[in-house]
Amino acid sequence: MSPQQFADLQRQVTEARGNADNAWMLVCSALVLMMTGPGLALFYGGLVRRKNVLSTVMQSFAMMAVVTVLWGIVGFSLAFGPGNSFIGNLQHLFLHGVGAAPDPAYAPTIPLQTFMLYQLMFAIITPALITGAFAERMKFSGMLVFLSLWSLVIYTPMAHMVWGKGGLLNASLGGRFPCLDFAGGTVVHVTSGVSALVCALYLGKRQHYPKEQLPPHSVVLSFVGACMLWVGWFGFNAGSALSAGSLATSAFAATQFAAAAAALSWMAAEWIVAGHPSALGGISGAVAGLVAITPAAGFVTPMPALVIGLLAGGFCYLMVARVKAYFGYDDSLDAFGVHGAGGTLGAILTGVFASRYVNPMFKDAAGNLTGSGLLDGNPHQLLNQATGVVIAWVLAAVGTLLLLKLVDLTVGLRVSIEDEVQGLDLTQHGEEGYSLDS
Amino acid sequence: MTKLEAVIQPSKLDAVKEALLAIGIDGLTVLEVRGHGRQKGHTEFYRGREYSVDLLPKIKLEIVLRDETVDDVVKAILGASQTGKIGDGKIFLSRIDEAIRIRNEERGSDAL
Repeated sequence: MSPQQFADLQRQVTEARGNADNAWMLVCSALVLMMTGPGLALFYGGLVRRKNVLSTVMQSFAMMAVVTVLWGIVGFSLAFGPGNSFIGNLQHLFLHGVGAAPDPAYAPTIPLQTFMLYQLMFAIITPALITGAFAERMKFSGMLVFLSLWSLVIYTPMAHMVWGKGGLLNASLGGRFPCLDFAGGTVVHVTSGVSALVCALYLGKRQHYPKEQLPPHSVVLSFVGACMLWVGWFGFNAGSALSAGSLATSAFAATQFAAAAAALSWMAAEWIVAGHPSALGGISGAVAGLVAITPAAGFVTPMPALVIGLLAGGFCYLMVARVKAYFGYDDSLDAFGVHGAGGTLGAILTGVFASRYVNPMFKDAAGNLTGSGLLDGNPHQLLNQATGVVIAWVLAAVGTLLLLKLVDLTVGLRVSIEDEVQGLDLTQHGEEGYSLDS
Repeated sequence: MTKLEAVIQPSKLDAVKEALLAIGIDGLTVLEVRGHGRQKGHTEFYRGREYSVDLLPKIKLEIVLRDETVDDVVKAILGASQTGKIGDGKIFLSRIDEAIRIRNEERGSDAL
């Protein structure tokens, strides 16, 4: 073989590998978008009363539109531009320089444009998760302004710190505190969950809560939505390998085992405490397990994933069934109880179970591979994980409080009592989810 | 003419329909209703929160009868719908002044 032929062959092999990875990542991007709509929209939509079903699905859907526009203008650049330890610069403003060429620091085998799209889907679902906390009482206008600002002020810096070049918490690109977060335990679930809690506290309870009963109007819708979330989560977690190799398989396996274990442990807790294993309990448990495995998915083998799932199901059940009732806040659809609590638990447990044999992360001065998590001989990692969690909690809590205050003083946050009683579908959107005369 | 209204357990609807057909009653109106008597309701749990549901699903039958058939019909419904437990329901009888068949304007018990 001539050197020329050899070079050609080498180029073809690289190109084929890149195309395979690209195909997988485009599918994953679509899967993650499906998590928001219709997955999350239906999951949340079924849990509200029938007069608020459209307003609830619209809150998720609006994020698919609004965040996309923001991401193209400035969001992607703030999250993934080089910048400093906390936030990216404006190098990619209006998607400048985001094209077919890969960025080797992020994903060496796929176009940067694919990476941008994949990350966009994460940026969409994160604020959409928060809507569960203020369901059935927030103005559509106030929600739009608040979550648009939230996406830029809280999501982009957090994504940059954990995943961006030079980010403070980035474990693979030289962060000061290397925090292991494979698919967004801190970036997505802790930030959205903690912000959800702040929203629930700031906005106050829905009318008549908790004296009167505000039960879900259709657990069937929630069931369909939750099962779509489960499927979409493979795009979220396995896709976070950013290539179609064995690491994606490993993350896929961890995701499946954690979700299954958490569904069982939530149902078991309910069976013991309340007497019945409910459908809503089963799907809530699965989501809790998916949340908790998110940061760990690409670092752990299936059996630790099973343990993480078992713990997450029981822990999140306790949070929504006991802790919420004890403190009396109205986190309407348990965005904090599932995503805030499950994300925090998962981020810490990642520091326990992460293994260098799944995904080599750390090297010593001599270049030898060293342990990833506590059980892999690196107890110090727990501290890094805790640092990531604390930063996410503080950024989300303080940022959300300031933004809520700002929007409250300008556009306004809460609908009037009359509008709330009549329902948000009619008063915010001028339509009804279920019409009796058609 | 007599109107018979019976509130029964949903699970007994098929048995009652068969019993009525067996004694030649071929017209009836069935409504899905909710209510409770002394049975009270039940408890549901959503994410650990307890909801007491006091209105339970029931079936209401309405039949307008010639007076001479009333006893047989009551007997048939009782026989088909009794379980002996609280919640079996009730039968109400009342007078009907007039019945009119819309198709040909027949009146009285001929219209039944």
